[in-house]
Amino acid sequence: MIRDITLGQYYPGKSVIHKLDARTKIIGTIAFIVELFIVNNFWGFLIAAGAMFAVIGVSRVPLKFIFRGLTAVFVIILFTFVINLFMVDGRVLWHWWILTITYEGLRRALFMAVRLVLLIIGSSILTLCTKPIELTDGLEKLLKPLQKVGVPSHEIALMMTIALRFIPTLMEETDKIIKAQQARGADFESGSIIQRAKNLIPILIPLFISSFRIAQELALAMEARCYNGGSGRTRMNEIHFKKKDMVAAVVLAVFLGVVIASRWI
Amino acid sequence: MSIEVRNLTFTYAPGMPDETLAIDDISFSIADGQICGIIGHTGSGKSTLLQHLNGLLKPGSGEIYIDDACITDGKTKLVDIRKKVGLVFQYPEYQLFEETVAKDVAFGPKNLGLDAEEIDKRVRDAIAVVGLDYEEVSEKSPFELSGGQKRRVAIAGVIAMNPKILILDEPTAGLDPTAHAEVISMVKDIHEKLGIIMIFVSHNMRDIANLSDKVLVINEGKIALEGTPREVFAERAFLQSMGLDVPPIVNIVKKLEEKTEDFTTEALTADEAADEICAYINKQNR
Repeated sequence: MIRDITLGQYYPGKSVIHKLDARTKIIGTIAFIVELFIVNNFWGFLIAAGAMFAVIGVSRVPLKFIFRGLTAVFVIILFTFVINLFMVDGRVLWHWWILTITYEGLRRALFMAVRLVLLIIGSSILTLCTKPIELTDGLEKLLKPLQKVGVPSHEIALMMTIALRFIPTLMEETDKIIKAQQARGADFESGSIIQRAKNLIPILIPLFISSFRIAQELALAMEARCYNGGSGRTRMNEIHFKKKDMVAAVVLAVFLGVVIASRWI
Repeated sequence: MSIEVRNLTFTYAPGMPDETLAIDDISFSIADGQICGIIGHTGSGKSTLLQHLNGLLKPGSGEIYIDDACITDGKTKLVDIRKKVGLVFQYPEYQLFEETVAKDVAFGPKNLGLDAEEIDKRVRDAIAVVGLDYEEVSEKSPFELSGGQKRRVAIAGVIAMNPKILILDEPTAGLDPTAHAEVISMVKDIHEKLGIIMIFVSHNMRDIANLSDKVLVINEGKIALEGTPREVFAERAFLQSMGLDVPPIVNIVKKLEEKTEDFTTEALTADEAADEICAYINKQNR
């Protein structure tokens, strides 16, 4: 039930994409997203989609797995599509009652939908191919220069690490509590909306108590190991840019150049 | 009442990269009124098996019959299964949520749609069965109680549903020796008072030897051994090869057996061991 959400999940693998430095992947993803907004015609999207599917191919993450993440945001995409379809003025293609579809509207709607789909798939590749810990380590290093202007980069990264680390724990905990209450005859699948919301109380209260307990245990465990913030802290796996990352950077630069050039096609 | 499990198989996350076969073709049966002890490593598939008996998990293949009625054909209502089969999870005190002990114990019976009078009666009975004083604890918050008391309240919450089969998943995990002994004697009491089928998982071989009529040893999703405690604990070397063990007292008398020439033993409990050793000494002195 809760396990079906693939957005933000990690797909274990040994591909080149998996082994790239997290920083390269973060910058690459940001570049990809920015590029989606530079594009002004369908040729640009074609190039972007081609590059994206090439990356998916190299990463060996099954397409089925990637598209499952899309179903969660399907409603948003559909909503955007419909809004754009009926709200843009221009050459009328079809008219009925108060609904009008224009050529420009259809174009804009398709454009937005493609952009959203690429945006979601593109960014899900980042989390699918990067371990959460590597991701936050990369983010911490990237944010480091901002520390000088008062951005607590270590603390931000730590909070993200802990949040990510405890998603599976809390899921497991939720699963256990749901099962325990079901064993006591609780029903979470029928009744009116208000009734169903009320039925959540036997899950939420034990879950709250568990989270506080887990948080307290974690804080104690960290203090017992003399954790006192980020200054002077070393790490077991230092991340370094490697040759792969240089290659990836060159590929990325070429890709960006082509996409920007596509504006004048 | 009886339980029969036939060729049960279950796989976690089928078709995913982390697919695991948790239960691999398990068959067994438990007769009316028996206490069945289950032993096995963490991750051997014990908890997964228990969740099938309660209808929380649907088997990949195989059938489960409770009182000759198949509960895995998809036709049986889940509420009806849960009325018959009570399942107490590991650390059940973490599922407590109500303001008072009485309300928490009443959660199960309320879900069964009973009337207020019947619920009240069942709550009083269940709290008494687990050895707590209704007048003393009923209006307290469950969170004020001690660890052992919380666990009893949680168990009472399942007993209040009047199950014909009660399953306890490691009822003594994480308790201190006093609370441990209390929970074990409570399990005995429940069985004596209610006479229902009980299934319990434990890592404590002494409890298994003392309580069970029948023992199942589960290893890597399969039944490795099945029989009376005496039959199962006779396979000392095999149990140890799986990283399990026999009750401590069995290890002691078996060592005595190795070191003395004409002393043979079949003792499983401290009492039996004492009798055998006394008999041996008396024979020597004569």
